[in-house]
This record gives sequence, structure tokens and C-alpha cells, in this order.
Amino acid sequence: MEDTVIRAEGLTKFYRMGEVEVQALRGLSLLVKRGEAVAIMGPSGSGKTTLMNILGCLDRPTSGEYILDGEKVSGLTDDQLAGIRNRKIGFVFQTFNLLQRTSALANVELPLSYANLPNDGRDRAVAALRAVGLESRMKHRPAELSGGEQQRVAIARALVNEPAILMADEPTGNLDSKVGQGIMDLLLSLNRERNTTLLIITHDPRIAAQTQRTIQIRDGLIEENIQ
Amino acid sequence: MKIKRVLRETFTSLSANKLRTGLTILGIVIGVAAVIAMLSVGQGAQNSITSSINSIGTNIVYISAGARARFSAGNFNSVRNIRQLTLADAQALMDPFQAPSVKAVAPVIQGGDISASANGQTTTTTVYGVTTSYFSIRNELVSEGAFFNDQQVNTHARVAVIGPDLATTLFGQTTNLTGQTIRINGQTFTIIGVLQSKGGSSAGSSDNQAIVPLTTARDRVVRRAGTTVDGVYIQATSAQAVSEANTQVSNIMRLRHHVAVRKEDFSVMSQQDLLTTATSITGILTAFLGGIAAISLLVGGIGIMNIMLVSVIERTREIGLRKALGARNRDIMIQFLVESSFLSLLGGLIGILLGWLISLIIGQIASASGTTLNPAVSLNAVLLATLFSAAVGLFFGIYPARRAARLEPVEALRYE
Repeated sequence: MEDTVIRAEGLTKFYRMGEVEVQALRGLSLLVKRGEAVAIMGPSGSGKTTLMNILGCLDRPTSGEYILDGEKVSGLTDDQLAGIRNRKIGFVFQTFNLLQRTSALANVELPLSYANLPNDGRDRAVAALRAVGLESRMKHRPAELSGGEQQRVAIARALVNEPAILMADEPTGNLDSKVGQGIMDLLLSLNRERNTTLLIITHDPRIAAQTQRTIQIRDGLIEENIQ
Repeated sequence: MKIKRVLRETFTSLSANKLRTGLTILGIVIGVAAVIAMLSVGQGAQNSITSSINSIGTNIVYISAGARARFSAGNFNSVRNIRQLTLADAQALMDPFQAPSVKAVAPVIQGGDISASANGQTTTTTVYGVTTSYFSIRNELVSEGAFFNDQQVNTHARVAVIGPDLATTLFGQTTNLTGQTIRINGQTFTIIGVLQSKGGSSAGSSDNQAIVPLTTARDRVVRRAGTTVDGVYIQATSAQAVSEANTQVSNIMRLRHHVAVRKEDFSVMSQQDLLTTATSITGILTAFLGGIAAISLLVGGIGIMNIMLVSVIERTREIGLRKALGARNRDIMIQFLVESSFLSLLGGLIGILLGWLISLIIGQIASASGTTLNPAVSLNAVLLATLFSAAVGLFFGIYPARRAARLEPVEALRYE
């Protein structure tokens, strides 16, 4: 098995904002090994969200090469990128992003519906909810769950296709510190037990301190790489 | 994405906002119901007109004095000094050499709104003065008694065969009436027969009528100068011979009246002509009404488009999320198209039921006011409405669905 999950070299991303050209990334290179837990920190405007979008295959770099889990991603079409996101990446968002009108189980099943499975994969969705400790609440709607529980549903949804990477964008940002710590514990234990690579964007040094490596980004480049 | 899952998601997303869904569907319901109702009422009108024209009798050609209005250039109302039809004209049409396709001829004179009284009751009716051949040509039958014979015509007998409606109005019954006396236009007649009902308000065959010998009618009821008649019914030897009979009759009449082709001072109308004219008129009317109704269906479709556009904007984040989770553009597109098609198809089905109900009610109202009208909801109309409403949903759903599918995942996820 490939040992390197993320191999990014010379990533740049330029935006045109009217007359001004914004350089969000300026030739950033990054290697992440399988099973690593990495925190990405940086002030707003540093380019960390852009980096996350590109690493998450939601956006394309202007130039540079990106190989994800052995697949060359730069240069793929929209639909191919959608397939990569579906199979290899699990997203956890600050605001959970659950569909309010359906049950926790249906939310977890959502990625499966885009995955061309031979059967409808309900067992996998139930197993994912069991892994985050919410098996008993799978019939509840998001509004009937606490913030911590909603984020657990979102993590189950991220896990259900057994991705190579979990990408969490401020996963504890909308939670109080005690509940947030519970979410961190869950993410880190999934990282250890399943060897799923974990990328966390955070402002919080206490969160970053729990990972094996912290990357500081400033002005579109890696400023510090602390093991 | 599997069909079952798409349908389930469609159902949950549409039932999440029931009022909005209901109102959107209502637009289509009204449009489809209007189309169905208009088409079926039009079809019903056509059926009833066709059957009433058919009840005039088969193989029939009718000649009357005066030119039929022709709208071709230079020929409009250009005929002057119209000669009335006479008994001699009718006689001439029986010529087996010049008119081999003519089987029988019946000259008639007629008068409307003529007073009839009996049994202490008074009403008005239409009186036909005819010869004996009239009964077989017009396919008239008696439920009681008999028609008059040639001798009674020749002797100006004061006998009458009356229609069932007239009988009911005057006597309250249609039986045991032979031998009773009826006063028509103040003159005393003896009833010798009662006609079988032809039903409906059919053109020229109302059940409210009295038939008397031509000779007697001219003397006492509908006065006409000399041997003038109002029209001549001609029966062709067969349905196929109608147009030949038409030609032969026209030729004879042109000779007798010394007029050229297209300058005729008489008109020949076959039942088929009447049918064609009536069918084209009701067809135009139906198309017109259906077209107006279709506009409301179009408005309903625009309503769907409007709601789908709002829905795309409202669900921008959801679309971003779905794309992040692996939805391809096509998946998003299908989801929104299925939603809009589902809305319009459901509206279409309800609209068909409602339109059918409306057409029944219109039929009832028409019957209550004395006109027989059986609106016919044809399979064609139902198929048309279903296909059209589904097409409306697809057509007006495409633009919003494309907009949804083209959203950039990063921007859609960031949307507040």
C-alpha cells in the first residue's frame, strides 16, 4: 500500500477579484503519510481554506501537482473529482451541514447514494453510526440532537464510504470546549484505530497540540512544520 | 443514484414544504383541469350536434330557395330575383332518367310558432305540411295510429300526426290520442297518429311538431301562394349515391330556373355538408377554448419554474454539501428535474380528475337548462394533458436544475 496519502508539489492558486489578483497559494508543497493526524493553522487570509479546498478536491490548483492516495488528481474533470471526493475523502464541517428534514441515518446514507453500491448500504450506515456511538438515535432528526451529537452524525457520514482521509474544518468551532474535546477524542481514536489520515483546520492551539504535526500557513506558504 | 432513492428524496424534500408544494401543484391542476374540461365539453357538443344531424335521416339532400352564402370572391350574394321552389320542381326531380340516383322526393312547407290547442291547453309548435313520402325519407315512425295516405293528401283532409312532446304538453300523455281533436292555427284537425320520440333538441326533428297534409297546410295553416313549397327533401338511392344525387338535382334545377353554375338561386345541402360544416365549427371552437385553457397550463408551468428557482437558491448549501459528498452535476440535475416533473405530473393527474368532474357538472347544468350535452372525456385528451403537463414540468424544470448543477461546490458550501 502506498505510504504517502497526500503528495502536493508547488501548488498555486490565484483568484481574480475585479482588477486585483489574489495569490492564495504560492507554490506550497506538502507530504502527508498514511495514518498521520495533521493540524493546519494560520490566520484568516493565510490560504488555509484554499489549501483545504484543493486537498479536498473541491477546487483545482492554478498550477502544481497533487497526488491523492496514489491517484493524480490535478487535471481531472468535475465528475471525476466528485467520484474522488465520494470514495477517498470524508468531510466534517464546522456547521455540521446535516439535512434537517431527514433522519440521522438518512444523512449518513447520503454519500452512499452517490457511490454505485450493489445494495443500498444501510448496514454500512448503521455501522458508521455505531462507530460514533449514536446507533440508538439514528431515527432522530438533526433538530432533535444536541450539537455534539449532530457533529457525530456528520463524522459518521464522513466515515461511511471508508475514505483515505478525514478532513475536518474547525470541527469544534461551534461546540463548547467539553463537547468539542469529545469530538476531538472521537476523531483521534478513529485516526488511531482505523489508520484513517486526519487533517484538521483549526484556530485553537489546544486542538492542534493533540495532533502529531502542526502546519502553520502564512501568505500562501508553509511557515512552520512542527512535528 | 438509484431511482428509488431519488424518488424518496423527492418525496421528503417536497413534503418538507407542503403549502408551497400544494400551491405550485394547484397551478398545474387548474391548467390541466381547464384543458380537459374544455376539450371534453367541445367533444360533447360535437357528438350531440353530429347525432342530431344524423337524426335528420340518412342519404338525404335538402333543397331550398335562395343561394347559400358563398364566400368566394365576386360571388357573394350576387343572386337576384330568386325563384321559389314549386311542386313542379319537386316533381321534376323524380325523373328516373335525369336523376337516377334519386329514390324519393318530399316537398314540404313549414311554419314555426303556430298555436296549437286541445284539451283546454294551448301551446306553440312547428307545423310541417308534407306528402306521404316524407315519412319514409325522414325516417319517422309512429308509436300509435298511422300516417296519412295519398288520398288524404289529395282531399285536403284535416288530419294530423303529432310529436310526443306536443302530445304531452296538450294531453299529458302520448297514448290513446287517435281520434282526438286538436286546433292548429284555429283550425280543427283530427289526430291520427303520434310520432315516436327522436329525442334531444335535434335540428329539424323536434318532438314538438305537428305533421299535416301539404294541401291542408297550405289552405289552412301555413299559407303559401300557388304551388310554392319551402323546401324539398330528396332521398338518394344509397349513401354512396348522395353526391351523384346532389349533382343530378342541381343540374335539373339549373335548367328549370335558367341559371348558370355558381349563379344558382337555390341551394342543395346534403346531410354530409351539414355534418362537415358543424364539425369544423365545433372543432375550431374546441381548439380555441382548449388553447385558452392551455395558457393557464403555461402559467402553471411558469409557477413551477419560479418555485424551483427559489428552491435552488434556498438549497444552495445543500447542493454544495451533496457535491462535496460525491454528487456529480448530473445527479443534482436529475434530482431537481424529478422534483419539477413530479410536481407537474401530480398536478396533471389531479387536474384530469377535476376537469372530468367539471365537465360532468357542465353537462348537468346543460341538461337542467334543456340542452342535451354529454361531455366526453376522451382518452386522447387525458393522454395529451398528462404528456403536456409532464413536458411542462421538464421544460420549466431544466433551467433551475441546470443552475443547481452548475454551482461550484466551494462557493455553494460557503453560501449563507
